Amino acid sequence: MEKAVVTVMGEDKVGIVAGIAKELAVNNCNIIDISQTLRQGIFAMILIIQLPETLALLYLRDRLEEAGERLGVKVVLQHADIFQYMHRL
Amino acid sequence: MAYSSEEIMETINMVENLHFDIRTVTLGISLFDCGDPNPSAAAQKIYDKITKTGAQLISTVRMMEKTYGIPIVNTRVAVTPISLLDHGYSSEDFLVIAYALEKAANTLGIDFLGGFSALTQKGFTKGDLNLIAIIPQVLSTTEKICGSLNVASTKAGINMDAINHATEVIFKAAGLTAERNGIACAKLVVFANAPEDNPFMAGAFHGIGEADAAINIGISGPGVVRATIERCPDHDLGALAEEIKKTVFKITRAGELIGRKVSKKLGVAFGIVDLSLAPTPTPGDSVANILEAMGLACCGAHGTTAALALLNDAVKKGGAMASSSVGGLSGSFIPVSEDAGMIAAVQCGALSLSKLEAMTAVCSVGLDMIAIPGDTPQEIIAALIADEMAIGVVNNKTTAVRIIPVPGKKVGDKVSFGGLLGEAPVMAVNNYSPKKFVERGGRIPAPLRALTN
Repeated sequence: MEKAVVTVMGEDKVGIVAGIAKELAVNNCNIIDISQTLRQGIFAMILIIQLPETLALLYLRDRLEEAGERLGVKVVLQHADIFQYMHRL
Repeated sequence: MAYSSEEIMETINMVENLHFDIRTVTLGISLFDCGDPNPSAAAQKIYDKITKTGAQLISTVRMMEKTYGIPIVNTRVAVTPISLLDHGYSSEDFLVIAYALEKAANTLGIDFLGGFSALTQKGFTKGDLNLIAIIPQVLSTTEKICGSLNVASTKAGINMDAINHATEVIFKAAGLTAERNGIACAKLVVFANAPEDNPFMAGAFHGIGEADAAINIGISGPGVVRATIERCPDHDLGALAEEIKKTVFKITRAGELIGRKVSKKLGVAFGIVDLSLAPTPTPGDSVANILEAMGLACCGAHGTTAALALLNDAVKKGGAMASSSVGGLSGSFIPVSEDAGMIAAVQCGALSLSKLEAMTAVCSVGLDMIAIPGDTPQEIIAALIADEMAIGVVNNKTTAVRIIPVPGKKVGDKVSFGGLLGEAPVMAVNNYSPKKFVERGGRIPAPLRALTN
């Protein structure tokens, strides 16, 4: 199963975690790690997820970007290999 | 977490704020199986091979860009140097082939196609001469075709006759595009020791020792390196080199990943990652600014060559650890018009052509994207090219000249080329005449290098 990293950034407000988690659940993605911080009112959340075999990453990317627009936050979805390559030997 | 928040945010910050991108994915394609005595038949075979081999190139690149979240700025094709396909062609025959190349580039939707080239370091074939004669017309009547001439090598020496031909081509190309500031010259590179797997334009071609097709990647990221240096205001130079290496390692790994994935998807060989730091006119995406971040008041100050040597070496060392497939030019580019910091340094008088020439001794690739007055005598340009070739030949490295004698412009004028080519202040040349020297022609013999072989 493919792993991906979801990064969510924006102004803090009610419902960001729920909104993103719901979109992932609807698409049958498993959250395997999650961290969230708040610095000077700026919300930042990073999730590592596992995609089901049948789900195309680019389809999920579009769904998450739409969710981000609804929630007023910036959402970035990237295949985990980019972090594996850049930060691990 | 498998990756720390800092690591993930570092990658995102590189893209969002520091202009990190993959500059180019270049598909090299051999055209050796497209030869035909009939130029129209050859042109058709060439068009068919390029459009078939590269059919999925753009869609694959767009998919990789979205999957990994790293922008890929340009997609290009490099082909076998066209003069090598000669079957007794006339210049007009080569023109037919050039238009087939342009048509193929448009069909694929790529940004540039390189390889309208000839390798003339030791002498000319009739095909070379016929191709060279038509280069100005090709570059001025097409948008995507790039050409190059290799006029010198460490093994062969410097072919002054080829330099004189190249200079004539430059003048004609500038004249034919006078109303666009001589922009055709921006698509022509004159080389010493041209690499056969370079993904960067305008000098890319698919060398004779290459596979039928190969993916070559050019990384970028001057902004990322500058930010690294700015985070280390008190490091000594050795410690600074170490930090640059670590950063370049990371950006090279991104290039390696993209290259491997694109080549797998297209079913062609993975060629090389070119480690060059390629600037763009965007503020902050500048090699000059990196040198200034090291502690120079302005690029061009005394110390610039030393700072650039440090940078270039650290880029190579960090990149060589990150990829086993390093090739191409691999160094730092110092194109004047494409680097906002270089432009500023020229305009304030800190950076001269002489200093740029010295800088090219320690980095790739040479005197690049330099505008000079349109009435510069032809022999001065030939001699300027010869000087640059000598640096490459003697130091066993690639050097190149991409120079634009801008018709009707004088020193101090500023000309705009648009897009990634940027804008250039017209620079002063040394006007003492080298006419007698360049008119001697012939070949400067290859340098003795400690009797190797």
